[in-house]
Amino acid sequence: MSLVLHLPALQVVLPLISAPLAVLLRHGGVAFAVVTAAAWAAFACAIGLWLQVGQAEGGVISYHIGSWPPPWGIEYRVDRLASFVLLLVSGMAALVLPYSRASIEREIPRELHYLYYAMFGLCLTGLLGITITGDAFNIFVFLEISSLSTYVLIALGRDRRALAAAYRYLIMGSIGATFIVIGIGFLYLMTGTLNLVDMAERLRTIESSRPVLAALAFITVGVSLKLALFPLHQWLPNAYTYAPSAATAFLAATATKVSVYVLIRFWFSVFGESLVFHKLPLPQILLLLSLAAMFAASFTAIFQDNLKRLFAYSSVGQMGYITLGMSFDSVNGLDAAILHLFNHGITKAAIFLLIGGLVLGLAKPGAVLPTPTFDRLAGLAKRMPFTCFGIVLAGLSLIGVPGTAGFISKWYLILAAMEAGKFWIVGAILLSSLLAVVYVWRFVEVAYFKPAPEGSVRQEAPLSMLIPAWLLVIGTIWFGLDTSFTVGTATEAALQLVRVGK
Amino acid sequence: MKNDLVLRVVGKLLIPFILLFALYVQFHGDFGPGGGFQAGVILAAAMVFYALIFGVDTARRVMPDWLVETMLAAGVLIYAGVGLAGLLLGGNYLDYFVLDADPVHGQHRGIFWVEVGVATTVSGVMLKIFYLFASRGDADAGDGDGRRED
Repeated sequence: MSLVLHLPALQVVLPLISAPLAVLLRHGGVAFAVVTAAAWAAFACAIGLWLQVGQAEGGVISYHIGSWPPPWGIEYRVDRLASFVLLLVSGMAALVLPYSRASIEREIPRELHYLYYAMFGLCLTGLLGITITGDAFNIFVFLEISSLSTYVLIALGRDRRALAAAYRYLIMGSIGATFIVIGIGFLYLMTGTLNLVDMAERLRTIESSRPVLAALAFITVGVSLKLALFPLHQWLPNAYTYAPSAATAFLAATATKVSVYVLIRFWFSVFGESLVFHKLPLPQILLLLSLAAMFAASFTAIFQDNLKRLFAYSSVGQMGYITLGMSFDSVNGLDAAILHLFNHGITKAAIFLLIGGLVLGLAKPGAVLPTPTFDRLAGLAKRMPFTCFGIVLAGLSLIGVPGTAGFISKWYLILAAMEAGKFWIVGAILLSSLLAVVYVWRFVEVAYFKPAPEGSVRQEAPLSMLIPAWLLVIGTIWFGLDTSFTVGTATEAALQLVRVGK
Repeated sequence: MKNDLVLRVVGKLLIPFILLFALYVQFHGDFGPGGGFQAGVILAAAMVFYALIFGVDTARRVMPDWLVETMLAAGVLIYAGVGLAGLLLGGNYLDYFVLDADPVHGQHRGIFWVEVGVATTVSGVMLKIFYLFASRGDADAGDGDGRRED
C-alpha cells in the first residue's frame, strides 16, 4: 500500500476527520492543534498532487472511490486547474489557522472556540471536495458542506449584525445551491450519468436541446450567486464585514474562487466551449456584468467608511476581472482568469488578515473590539508600522502596480483583450484600476498623513498574526516578480481546459 | 405532562417498541426500506416523545448534552473510519471489497458500519436540534446561546 496513490482521497478525508474530532475533544486548544495539523497535511497532499499531475498520463489523476470504476462510482479527478485551486485553498487554510488562535481570542467566546475550528475544518473539506470531485452530485454535496459551515463561521462574528449577514447569505446561498441542484438534475435526466467526463461526452449529441439549455442557465445563475458576480453580490459585503477576521480572510481567498472554478469546470469541461461561447450570448452578458462589477463595486468601495467593508466591495470588483477573463473565450483570457483567481486570493487574504491585527491594535485592553472606521485609523502607521505597510503593499497588488502579483494577472487580461481586438476594454481595465488607486489611497492618507491622537503608543499585532499575514504579503510580491509557478500552471491549466472543451 | 396517567403509561409502553422498530429499520435496511438515516430519526423520535411527556430536563438526564454532541461527531468518524479501513487494507478509500476475504461479505460489513455511523450522527443531530429549540428562552441554558451581548 502506498499512501502516495491515495493522495486524492486523503486530501479531503483528513480535514473531514479533523472536524468531528474537534467537536469530540471539546477543547479550543486541542481542536486548534487537530484542525491545523489536518490543514497542513492537506497542504502537503495538495503539493504532492500538484507534482503528480505533472507526471500523470494525460495530465489527469483519476481516483475511484470505493474501487467502483467511473461512470458508476464516484471519481476524484485532478487536472492542472484542480491541483492549482487545491494548492490555493489548502495553503490558505494552513496559513489562516495559525493566525486564528490569537485572532479569535477576543472575537469569539472561548467556549465556542472548538466549534469555530470544527466549522473551519468542514469548510475546508467542502471547498477541497468541490475542487477534486469529478461527480456532479458530489459537487453539490460538498458545496452544501462548505456553505453551511460558512454560514456558521460568519454568524460566530462578534458583532450582532453578523447574524443578520449570515442569515442573508444563507437565503441567497440556498437559492444558489437549489439552482445548481436543479441544473444537475436536468443534466442527469438528459444524460443518465453524473460523472462529469461521461456527461460531457453524452451531451455532445444533444447539446442544444431545451433541458440542457435550462440546466446551463440554472447552473450558471446558481454558481454566479455563490461567486458574487455583480449584481448577485448583495450577500457578500456584510458577510465579509461582520465575520471574524480569520474567517473573512479565508473565505475571501477561497470560497468565491472555488465557485469560479466550478463555473469554469461546467462551462469548459461539461457543456463545452462551442455551446457556451458560440451558440449563446453568454460571453457578451458576462462581459457586461464583469465591467459593471469592476466599476460599480469599486466605486461603491471608495465611499465606504469601514475598512473591512471597503475591501469587501473591492472583492466584488476584483471578481469582475476574473469573469472578464473568462468572457474572452481564449487561452490568454482563461489564463488571466485563473491567474487572478490565485493572485487576488493571496492579496485579499493578506489584507483581511492584516485588518484583523489592526482591529486588535485599535482595541483598548478588555474593551469590546472597535469597528475599523476611518476616523479611528488616523496616524495608525506610527503605531502599527508593519501592519499598515503590509496593507499598502497588498493594496498595490490590488491596483496592479508592476512588481506585484496583481500586475501579472492584469497584464494577461490586457493581452487577452488586445488579442480579441477590444481595445476599449484595455481602457476600461486601466480606468477601473484608477478606482482601486483611490480606495487604497484613502487608507494611506488616513494612516500615514493624519496626525495620531494624543498619547497613542506603538502596539503591533501579535507575531502569530503578523507572520502569516506577512508571508502572504511577501507572496504577492514574490508572484509579481517570479511568475514561473503561477503563469506556468495557469497556462497549462488553460490549455488543458480548452483542449478538452473543443 | 407527566401528571397525565394515560400519557405516562402509553409512553412507557410505546417507547421500547419504537426503539426496537428503529433497530429493525437499521439492520433490515440492507434488504428492505430503511437504513441508518431513518433509524436515526426514529431513535431520536423516541427520545423526543419521552421528553414531551416527562420534560426536557428528565430527557437531558437520560441523554445528556455531552453524549448527544459526542454522538454527532462519532458517527461521522465511524463513517470516515470505514473508508480509512478500506484504504489501510489495500483498497481505495471506502473500498468495502477488501474488508473481508469474501468481497460480497466485505460489502455487507462495510455498509453495516457506515449505516451505524449514519444512524449515530442523525439521531445525535436530531436530538441536538430538539434540545436547542426546547431550551430556547432558558436564560442559563448556556449551551445553546453563548453569544456575547454588546
